[in-house]
Amino acid sequence: MKILVCITHVPDTTSKINFKDNNTRFDTTGVQFIIGPYDDYALARAIEIKEASGATVTVLNVGPADTEPTIRKALAIGADDAIRVNAEPTDSFFVASQIAEHAKAGGFDLILMGRESIDYNSGVVHSIVGEMLGIPSVSPVMKLDLDGTKAKLAREIEGGKEYLEVNLPFVAGCQEPIAEWKIPNMRGIMSARTKPLKVVEPKTAESGVKTQKFELPPPKGAVKMIPADNVPELVNLLKNEARVL
Amino acid sequence: MPILVFVESAEGKIKKTSLEAVAYAHAMGGPVTAIALGAAEKSELENLGKYGAQKVLHASDEKLNQGIIQAYAEVLVKALQDENADVLVLANSSLGTPVAARVAARTGASLATNVVSLPETASGFVVKKSIYTGKAFSFVELSNKKKVIALKKNAAELKEVGGAAQVTPYTVQLPDALFAVKILSSEKATGEVLLPEANIVVSGGRGMKGPEHWGMLEGLAKTLHAATGCSKPVSDMGWRPHHEHVGQTGVKVAPQLYIAVGISGAIQHLAGVNSSKCIVVINKDAEAPFFKAADYGIVGDAFEIIPKLTEAIKAAK
Repeated sequence: MKILVCITHVPDTTSKINFKDNNTRFDTTGVQFIIGPYDDYALARAIEIKEASGATVTVLNVGPADTEPTIRKALAIGADDAIRVNAEPTDSFFVASQIAEHAKAGGFDLILMGRESIDYNSGVVHSIVGEMLGIPSVSPVMKLDLDGTKAKLAREIEGGKEYLEVNLPFVAGCQEPIAEWKIPNMRGIMSARTKPLKVVEPKTAESGVKTQKFELPPPKGAVKMIPADNVPELVNLLKNEARVL
Repeated sequence: MPILVFVESAEGKIKKTSLEAVAYAHAMGGPVTAIALGAAEKSELENLGKYGAQKVLHASDEKLNQGIIQAYAEVLVKALQDENADVLVLANSSLGTPVAARVAARTGASLATNVVSLPETASGFVVKKSIYTGKAFSFVELSNKKKVIALKKNAAELKEVGGAAQVTPYTVQLPDALFAVKILSSEKATGEVLLPEANIVVSGGRGMKGPEHWGMLEGLAKTLHAATGCSKPVSDMGWRPHHEHVGQTGVKVAPQLYIAVGISGAIQHLAGVNSSKCIVVINKDAEAPFFKAADYGIVGDAFEIIPKLTEAIKAAK
């Protein structure tokens, strides 16, 4: 069993978002970067499968050199080796093209990633990779159990769940509660330093999508407090001031 | 050049977000051809004319009654060709978004999801997208001739612009290979307002003290015709199902009104609600960070305030 886990290197969920250079670039000042939380679930499930029934787990990230600490963390959690595609992950189609390239070459049985990155939130890379490879893709997957050459999945849909069956290989975009996040232990951290991390140059992929600039939402006005003994006043304000009732 | 719009239905009704997609395409300058897959009510499809669809294709093959993504993408790729359309518009959803991705990859289209407003076409074709889980926006140029646009809720205003649309049956060959993913069963809340679609959401947090107290929130939700949501700890503890979890790693909502009861307002929860038009926070802790993100707040005991609020809403109706 060979598993490819694609991870993103994204600002911590508590980060304050700011832009610089006339709102054309993300301002990394004071921002801590982490493995995308959804990707972390995908990685944890891959490691569980490896521990339960044996597998090799390869991590792939599309990013410049400063994503390497994030990749090393994935190796510390238990992945066996890693590939870094040396490029800015500018858009979904570009990233998916890089993943598809390595997925094809690597002959993976399972390609896991998060349901979406928490920076651009597009939530489409798994589907594009599936289309490029001509294999099924399922997202967001909350449960993934392997049964020989088949897998049983649960996928979240609006207001409920779908239970699916699909043959390997396939692509899954993962989310909780597919597995518990894993925290690297000291032995993992030590061994991660010497695990192979291959750096490769990207293939060209023209997506016809270009981010021109960023914008922050307008600041929120001050909260209006209503005394607890005057609840009808809240209803009045919602109806006549906010006009949402 | 016609614009193709993929519409979804839930419990026999076209989803509101799909109506918004039709309205969006109409506002782009249409002509708009809508397409529905699987079982759908004819009257509901004709009704799409009201929002600007001139023509509605109905691919009613029963194999499409289940939302199989690869098969849906196949139908839409063919429909784009047959209609000679360059642009596909649809609503972001657990079905729409992956279908959009596959159609874009197949046709070489520029793709944008989470789009929140109509395109700027003064120079090029630029759409505004929600990014960083609602904490920012980006302006993205889509330069390929073919484009696929997936809309976030409230991207277009619903206005009645026409009468009944003409509904035409539509057939596509569907090889078995498209059905590699088998849907064995599904669980779906029925008769309730779906959280991602709801105009009003009533959400509870740890301050509700236990699942046995949810009846009170459900009562309020029913009075408001609202969906119920919850914070991450509440779904983690199993008080409520995961599909009700609102936040960074759960459902992102964009209702007119979001009422948070006993939720402190961690930044991860705020990430799921920051597209709401109006936020009401009820919490016994005056220092709860959620008040800073709220429009209206009440400091007090939820168990006293919720029944009063429910009564006051009934009285105001």
